[in-house]
Amino acid sequence: MLCVRDLRAGYGDKEIVHGVSFDVADGEFCCIIGANGCGKTTLLKNLLGLIKPFSGGVAMNGEDVLAMNEKAMAKHFAYIPQAHTPPFPFAVRDVVLMGRTPHLGRLAVVAPADRRIAYQSLVQLGIEDLADSIYTDLSGGQRQLVLIARALTQQPELLIMDEPTASLDFGNQQMVLSRMKTLARSGMAVIMVTHDPDHALFCADRVIVMKEGNILLDGTSEQAITTEMLQAIYQTNVQVLDVTMADGHVKRVCVPFD
Amino acid sequence: MNEEVPERGTRARLTRAQKRALKRDPFAAAGIEEGDEFAAEALAAERAFHKRVPLWAKLAIAAAFVIIFFASFMLGRYGLTPDQWFFGIVDHIAHWFDPNWPYYDQELDNVLFQIRFPRIIVVLLSGAALAVAGASYQGMFKNPLVSPDILGASAGASFGACLALLLDLGNVYVQVFAFVGGMAAVGLAVLLNRTVKYDAILGLVLGGILVSTLFQSGTSIIKLLADADDKLPSITFWLMGSFASIDREQMLAIILPMIGGFLLLLLESWKLNVLSFGDEEARSMGINTRIVRLIVIFASTLVVSCSVAVAGIVGWIGLVIPHFARALVGPNYRVLLPASMAIGASFLLVVDDIARLLMSVEIPIGILTSLLGVPFFVIIYRRNMRGW
Repeated sequence: MLCVRDLRAGYGDKEIVHGVSFDVADGEFCCIIGANGCGKTTLLKNLLGLIKPFSGGVAMNGEDVLAMNEKAMAKHFAYIPQAHTPPFPFAVRDVVLMGRTPHLGRLAVVAPADRRIAYQSLVQLGIEDLADSIYTDLSGGQRQLVLIARALTQQPELLIMDEPTASLDFGNQQMVLSRMKTLARSGMAVIMVTHDPDHALFCADRVIVMKEGNILLDGTSEQAITTEMLQAIYQTNVQVLDVTMADGHVKRVCVPFD
Repeated sequence: MNEEVPERGTRARLTRAQKRALKRDPFAAAGIEEGDEFAAEALAAERAFHKRVPLWAKLAIAAAFVIIFFASFMLGRYGLTPDQWFFGIVDHIAHWFDPNWPYYDQELDNVLFQIRFPRIIVVLLSGAALAVAGASYQGMFKNPLVSPDILGASAGASFGACLALLLDLGNVYVQVFAFVGGMAAVGLAVLLNRTVKYDAILGLVLGGILVSTLFQSGTSIIKLLADADDKLPSITFWLMGSFASIDREQMLAIILPMIGGFLLLLLESWKLNVLSFGDEEARSMGINTRIVRLIVIFASTLVVSCSVAVAGIVGWIGLVIPHFARALVGPNYRVLLPASMAIGASFLLVVDDIARLLMSVEIPIGILTSLLGVPFFVIIYRRNMRGW
């Protein structure tokens, strides 16, 4: 579905991403991991059209993404930022409805069908009771869910997330990740940048490891998240262990040590 | 991804009776047959997304505007009773059709239609302009403490007007120079913005500061050069703002650009909602932020420059009124922009009435808006801490 070919990008004259190529299929949950400054965020910004790449191509179902305007692009990709505080106390229903923006006409008239789609996004994430609440009054976890609902309301084919759980507590991180996992199961493709290899193990079908602007490895989470690989990209002492849970499942965990 | 999602354009299948019931009371059952899940979900969606702007707030804003608008015709040095006012209007209309209308009172008609009517229209347009520009800028700059002056509109207009006053060019030129000065200053700020590539908002603010400083120094130089007995007082007086010398021609000159600017801003109201979440998010939701910003800046500068050109500097409206409006109707720009316009117009009309009535010499309105604006701001600030 998404097809990235030999993408070179950066800021000013400084090239940060040195020609990366990968594909993402329908319903695939793809995590990108790598150290600070390895080009993960630069790559995402190029996919979202926020900066123009130096060379290379991005295609979505065979259409050239780089030639699209913002509106066309927003129908393919939705961006889920970290939960944040906007300057004004918008109601949750208004925040979610803003996801319809790329589908609205010049006068931005919101039709019943738009409200219905927004409502379905709320139901899908189980937060329809929050519709009346004020976004700025919510907890970080709830805000993150509202932003995911807004992205779903955009009816994209691909969700793009940059560190969605960075400001959340332990419980909310798991909550948000498992909802994202459910979304991917229902057929939505997801690209998520994360700093936590445990999160990639928890939800990714596929992990892309980046180092210094190149793709070091592109494979399953079991292939990508190994002791050697984590030590190579993060330059720290870490051991990846397979532990047996109480119910007999084997889970892989990352344990940093001195 | 979800097959149940209806195509855009197909309306949710609610019957007319259900829709009417929904409009009357969105929370009561709307007569949906059991098992009709589609209609039940449509109803649930309409309920969840029903706008909850309190009716009393809308009514209060509209009623205050109407009452203040009509009362302003009666107030002034030449006080009018309600029946003088009423028959004054009737006679004016009758006089149109029949120039020999016997009850036509030339003096009353002069007060109502030559003096008060243009002044009231200009005051309400200016109040609406400053408030709507302030509200728009607060969203665009993602900062509730921004006023319409931030890009240098007032500084540029002041410089233009002072230059015309210094050169003794006459009233019309003062207004033209003020208008051109305001538009030029903001244009310069937008051009300077291109120097900061990575953050358009920061670039704009920086450009605005630079341009304001530049034009303020220019105004100071003019003050220094101006004749202290004659020109300096008229410059100082102009800078304090006043609606005292408004006439029909000025009203006609600003009315079309003002309405054009208002329409442009109202058209962008939905995008202003999205823009207040930041540039990158707005772009990822399909908005060409550069073009929307240019439209908002152009329209705001147009209406503010019109106001400054005829009335001088009237401060505080653009900062205070949007907050008052937000406290009443919430932050959704769809409702906030018209509410800001109505409240801004009403507030400035009240202040102008006070300026006309309070003392035998008319008080410059800029002084009064600041005097009244500060306590007003403190009250709203204390009552409405949320979202600051």
